Amino acid sequence: MGRRVLITGLGTFWGGRVAQALEADPDVDVIVGLDRFEPTVPLERTEYVRSDESYSILTRIVQAAKIDTIVHTFLVVDSTQMRSRTMHEINTIGTMNLFAAASSAGSTVRDVVVKSSTLVYGADPRDPVWFDEQSRRNQPPRSVVERTLLAVEGYVRDFAVDNPHVSVAVLRFSNVLGPDIDTPLSKLLALPLVPSIFGFDPRFQFVHEADVVRAILFALQTRLSGVYNVAGDGLLPWSEVAAICGKRNLPLPPYGLGLLAGPLRRVGLLELPKELLDLLRYGRGVDNRRLKEAGFGYRYTSAGTVADFVKSMRLRPYSGAGGDYQYERDVEAFFKHSPAVVRDQ
Amino acid sequence: MADAKPTKRTRPKTATKARPRPASSTPRKRAASTALVPVPQPPSEPETLEDPRLSDIDEWGRSERMRELARSLYGPMYERWHRVEWEGFEKIPREGGALLVSNHAGAIPSDAPAIMHGIEEELGRPVYGLADEMFKRLPVVGMLWSRVGGVLAHPDNAYRLLREQQQLALVFPEGTKGTGKTYGDRYQLRRFGRGGYVQIAMRAGVPIVPIAVVGAEEAMPILWKSPQLAKLTGLPYVPLTANMLAFGGLGPLGALLPFPAKIKIRVLDPVHFDVEPDLPRYSRSRIMDESEAIRQRIQEALLDMLRHRESVWFG
Repeated sequence: MGRRVLITGLGTFWGGRVAQALEADPDVDVIVGLDRFEPTVPLERTEYVRSDESYSILTRIVQAAKIDTIVHTFLVVDSTQMRSRTMHEINTIGTMNLFAAASSAGSTVRDVVVKSSTLVYGADPRDPVWFDEQSRRNQPPRSVVERTLLAVEGYVRDFAVDNPHVSVAVLRFSNVLGPDIDTPLSKLLALPLVPSIFGFDPRFQFVHEADVVRAILFALQTRLSGVYNVAGDGLLPWSEVAAICGKRNLPLPPYGLGLLAGPLRRVGLLELPKELLDLLRYGRGVDNRRLKEAGFGYRYTSAGTVADFVKSMRLRPYSGAGGDYQYERDVEAFFKHSPAVVRDQ
Repeated sequence: MADAKPTKRTRPKTATKARPRPASSTPRKRAASTALVPVPQPPSEPETLEDPRLSDIDEWGRSERMRELARSLYGPMYERWHRVEWEGFEKIPREGGALLVSNHAGAIPSDAPAIMHGIEEELGRPVYGLADEMFKRLPVVGMLWSRVGGVLAHPDNAYRLLREQQQLALVFPEGTKGTGKTYGDRYQLRRFGRGGYVQIAMRAGVPIVPIAVVGAEEAMPILWKSPQLAKLTGLPYVPLTANMLAFGGLGPLGALLPFPAKIKIRVLDPVHFDVEPDLPRYSRSRIMDESEAIRQRIQEALLDMLRHRESVWFG
């Protein structure tokens, strides 16, 4: 019998990508995707359930579909996307409900993969150059996104302790760049001048979006358990990141920037949330060797990720807004079920 | 298990394009990027990844080019101003990791650049200076300090430098207590922290090379300190130095100029710990014993050097 997978956050970039890849895996029997918003990628055999992550619905889905694998990609790490209340609902409450459902009596769940972020380490002058999975952050979280992610990891840890028969993998992803994803950093790099903080040139680490999806699939396949950092090799200074993008830095004043960030956001010039300001000041490096030792091979280094991102950025003006596929339920239903569609045998 | 769905299995990796689906009938960049994500593949191919770096800044923030520039700027200072003189230089290992431990003095200490410059010029191998977090908080200063080889003194950083990369690291266990003392306390070593540097050397399995420096105290003596200003600015100390009075006429940069005190550096016999590396913890009393002994040896060497010093300026 193949695996029966539940993907949370099917409408997010990662949920959709993972679902797409899992569809190609013959060992996966059932893919159920959950989200409040429709998926943005074409999907063939994934069952999309429009729902919020309320506890009762999750329990029913997990039991009715005999889910044995949960891929939890529905965690917001980009605090510019939504208000902090919504983020709290999605990250903290959603995860709490999901793991409550997964540990309900008679649950068939055996594998869990959680997509977390290296934001949990924070960015502080007292930080080591490389964080490993056991390192603790040096300062209590100041931003909502960091707080919610720490709460999420807390729920995941509790679940792993209470359910020792389930292999739980927490993947902490570094700064993601790639052709298709928008992040606060990719938005900065898309500006004509790349904002930096005067007098600081911290080192950054990146992971390519393709490596992100590959890491999630790798964790599923090898039934990984434990916490793993996922980030490309090497650290490069922010000025060099801008240089690879063919741009110059625009230094912002090092003092009073927190006050400046509000007005800049309101007039729509720049989104500089707290966690990003810390990063632009102190940077962050994470040790990726644990995942490598587990057998994972990266396709991109940190610098390679930026270089690939630049190539796709050059293409963006030409691909336009219409380039992205929009999920349409009726069209998808037609291709899935209509006898008129010739399916290759 | 896999035979249950033969249609899926026969599907080639790039077949997204061949499927009769609206999105895949037009070739787009996405098709290419999903093809990068094949599902089951043992990622064991040891290929070297493309790594298009533009600068030579390493993971610690050190840039050999910047270091070279700093060396060429500091060279005349080293040769003519302080006329640095070494004793026992051959005790510094030419290869392998070692933790260099020295006394620390002067409001803006001249000992760190002198030691780093001398070793790099002579041995051609980098020296990383482990420093307080304060550096990282200061704009410009922190960035420049890391470009010329400064690294935050964090146990993880030191371990990686010494154990995994077998580099030379320089540490001043007195920290700002050493540099912040007033002129009356010169050459009186402060507490050597909590002996953390000994534990690091033990964990990393590298020797400690004690170094005694004479001259840095007189290069920038602190006459008076303002605790109020220190509190206000968040700096460890805000001093009034003799240099500010003497060179104040040169403008604010005058305060950065040290006096041309003769700097003498004596390298003491390396300390090897015959303990197993990589242990999570070492005996606290052993650490304190070793730390005290090293401090004592540096203190004695300082007094001995002072005993033979005829002039602050000419040695």
